[in-house]
Amino acid sequence: MTDATTVLTGDGQPAGPGQRDSYLNHGKGVLSWLFTLDHKRIGIMYLAVILASFFLGGVFAMFIRTELLTPGQTIMTADTYNKMFTLHGAVMIFLFIIPGIPATLGNFVLPLMLGAKDVALPRLNLASFWLWLIGASVAVASIIIGAVDTGWTFYTPYSTTTGTAVVAMTLGAFILGFSSIFTGLNFIVTIHKMRPEGMTWFRMPLFLWGIYSTAIIQVLATPVLGITLLLLIAERTLGVGIFDPALGGDPVLYQHFFWFYSHPAVYIMILPAMAIMSEVISVFSGKHIFGYRFIAWSSIAIALLSFLVWGHHMFTSGQSSLTNMIFSALTFSVAIPSAVKVFNWLATMYKGSIRLAAPMLYALSFLFLFAIGGLTGLFLGSLSTDIHLHDTYFVVAHFHYVMFGGTVIAFLAGIHYWWPKIFGRMYSERWAQVSALLIFVGFNLTFFTQFVMGSHGMPRRYYNYLERFTAYHQASTVGSFILMIGFLIMAGYLLHSLVRGERAPANPWGGATLEWETASPPPYFNFEHEMQAGDPYDLDALSWDPSIKGYVRRDPSSVLAAPRGAD
Amino acid sequence: MTALNFVGLLLARIAMGPDPDDGSFWMPPQVSTVARSVDWLFNFILAISVFFFILIVVVMVVFVIKYRRREGQQAQSSPSHNTALEITWTVIPVIIVIVIFFFGFKGYLDMATPPANAYEILVEGQKWKWSFNYPNGYVDENLHVPVDRPVRLVMSSADVIHSLYVPAFRIKQDVVPGRYTKVWFEATEPGEYDLFCAEYCGTSHSDMLAHVIVHPPGEFEIWLEKASNFLETMTPVDAGRKLFQVRGCQQCHSMDGSAKTGPTMLGVFGRTENMADGGTITVDENYIRESILEPNARVVAGFEPVMPTYQGRLKDAEIMAIIEYLKAPAGASQEE
Ligand code: HEC
Ligand SMILES: [Cu+2]
Ligand SMILES: [Cu+2]
Repeated sequence: MTDATTVLTGDGQPAGPGQRDSYLNHGKGVLSWLFTLDHKRIGIMYLAVILASFFLGGVFAMFIRTELLTPGQTIMTADTYNKMFTLHGAVMIFLFIIPGIPATLGNFVLPLMLGAKDVALPRLNLASFWLWLIGASVAVASIIIGAVDTGWTFYTPYSTTTGTAVVAMTLGAFILGFSSIFTGLNFIVTIHKMRPEGMTWFRMPLFLWGIYSTAIIQVLATPVLGITLLLLIAERTLGVGIFDPALGGDPVLYQHFFWFYSHPAVYIMILPAMAIMSEVISVFSGKHIFGYRFIAWSSIAIALLSFLVWGHHMFTSGQSSLTNMIFSALTFSVAIPSAVKVFNWLATMYKGSIRLAAPMLYALSFLFLFAIGGLTGLFLGSLSTDIHLHDTYFVVAHFHYVMFGGTVIAFLAGIHYWWPKIFGRMYSERWAQVSALLIFVGFNLTFFTQFVMGSHGMPRRYYNYLERFTAYHQASTVGSFILMIGFLIMAGYLLHSLVRGERAPANPWGGATLEWETASPPPYFNFEHEMQAGDPYDLDALSWDPSIKGYVRRDPSSVLAAPRGAD
Repeated sequence: MTALNFVGLLLARIAMGPDPDDGSFWMPPQVSTVARSVDWLFNFILAISVFFFILIVVVMVVFVIKYRRREGQQAQSSPSHNTALEITWTVIPVIIVIVIFFFGFKGYLDMATPPANAYEILVEGQKWKWSFNYPNGYVDENLHVPVDRPVRLVMSSADVIHSLYVPAFRIKQDVVPGRYTKVWFEATEPGEYDLFCAEYCGTSHSDMLAHVIVHPPGEFEIWLEKASNFLETMTPVDAGRKLFQVRGCQQCHSMDGSAKTGPTMLGVFGRTENMADGGTITVDENYIRESILEPNARVVAGFEPVMPTYQGRLKDAEIMAIIEYLKAPAGASQEE
């Protein structure tokens, strides 16, 4: 086990015999990480800070749920509670879930899937990471120092009349946005320019289609945050009335700006999750993905439609009936591509050879939870029912089913799927199953109860509540503790895997995309040969080799590019 | 829905007794003319959702069991796309959402268009208090309405955005500073119902509650008549106490000696205050009057100048009553 530690910590001990070069031991010391241009190391650093944000956001969530155990004060004052849910929302949305999958798994896997050495613009990639750090510090500092208690939506005039921190907070979000634009731009260029021989657009792994669609939204939607920020600053420094009614502005205009960014951002969160699903379902069903083109086009459709539905957050704001009608109609149109994907994933399992390993357990969990999240969206897209349900716990439950049940669960599927590739080690399958089960049960208990109390009229962002909602709140809190235990177990076995995990083969699951063709963990330069791509879902091209406990290609030369000058 | 969910909900229900608010499993009681159509659509979407949810989960579970990997066995081959099938499962959801959209919009138009003869009540939201202004000028902290008669609320906010929400009526409308927003309903059942603020508005957002009292036929007018005469029927101290509660003073001023957003009113009369500009002042009738009409003219040290003016919102007699109340000995002030 000593050599194992050497590889991972890079603590300067001589590599043991048979120790090969990998990106983890190529270059030692903190600086070799902080200033690396290697997409894999940047991906790992992102993974570290993003999981830290998730942990932080989770701690805030536990405070919130504990406070809600009883009506009135349980463990904190109303003002503290209001700051807690602001922090929970802002950290989870801006620091964790928006950058989440693209910056971590996207960064690590995307160039590997292309058989490439790195992303097209490695310096921009590093800049994106540093901007994230700066943006995150500005955002968290402004919330804590400015005691921001506005909720993550920062609605005016509440946000502009309770201290000036909203400008600092938007600045933080904007810097984070720039980091997101950099990542998106980088991925677009990389996918356009660096696809290997044989990888036409419609032979691209669907993960890349998902990340590509996400990148389009990142690049097009995020600048709106910048505009909003400039307008807020203009209002506060020059006294131009834009959002503040006291100056003749219109507070609802702010909501338009906010959701014009934040609704597409919802799809920045979910598209990469769907991208992971397409890989995991296919590989663990041992089947070619069903309906490749429909899945690919539906990602693009979602990306484009996502720009047209922001007004559905404002059905009760007093906007005209015509506006409400248009936004309701457009909102329903986004439901279609998501439904198509779900049916295609199910069809992929048909006649498959389904293996219930941890990534697949999370993928099945995703189907279950995302179905509920998506279907409950119908109640909210429909005008007359939304009037009743808007701003209640029904909405809270809905978006947690989509963001947590969808994105976070798919993220976990992705982490468990690529973990052996990233760290070169396996994790305990048994414990992974235990924690997947706890998370599934805890999640449903926490959030399903919220649907019911929401439709009974329990408004969101309530510190205090009527006696009759107590039992629902308590069931929800119990669920959140089960959820937390599930995550603690996960942290335990993943950390254990880092140091003690069994060595992973190059291809433990039998995936046919190119990242599985290189060693686990990959060498610094990713591939020893120039690669060429075939059908990314031709799983029959692989067979199980018990001697290495992994899969090997029946014809290894099929993915090696022909030597230069041969034709 | 996992088994545990049901267990959780079941326990919840047992703990609360059946139907905590006399509603159904999903919905609060139906007390307005639109509630029925909203609930109908809710149940319609619910049926569709349950159908698709069960379909997805059953297919998933069946596939997992039937096609579970067995040692040394490969997946069977089957086509990797089928355009006809895929178009089918694109078109069916399209049709379903069009139907849902249509009913949702139709129901919404009914909610958005008040009948011409509606009884009008002005509503003002302010941190963290509702006030309901009846046609005769009387202001109450609760919403009293006649049964079976359309009522239209014309709403404005004194500070930030609030949202008026009555679950039993299935109505919700944001209350936005700088503009009037409107909502209407017709209550169908006498009784008392909850009114919430649904748009986050700060510290006591969750306490910005009021009751909706739906009066049986003929009784609303009698109530209004009696309530409007409180300046005559009550002693000035009692009337002042009522105004102090109803008009939102209580939200910022305590009667128990603790400072809230504003200084406590316990023993305020005759007290000597340090002012923000460095001077001092002894609280008398004139100063209280000035504080109510021009609160920012002189600001108490240690507090923000956030008290709204009541110029034009309180009549002279009402200000007099408040002054009497604040002058009254502590015993009278503390009693609720
Ligand atoms: C939004 C919160 C708020 C509301 C509502 C409010 N006040 Fe005030 N009030 C304050 C604050 C803050 C101060 C101290 C700053 C100042 O002097 O303007 C104050 C000061 C006063 C003072 C002077 C107290 C002293 O110790 O010198 C009086 C009297 C007063 N308010 C009465 C009222 C009455 C009567 C009402 C209701 C009709 C009312 N206030 C409603 C916030 C409020
Ligand atoms: Cu949205
Ligand atoms: Cu509120």
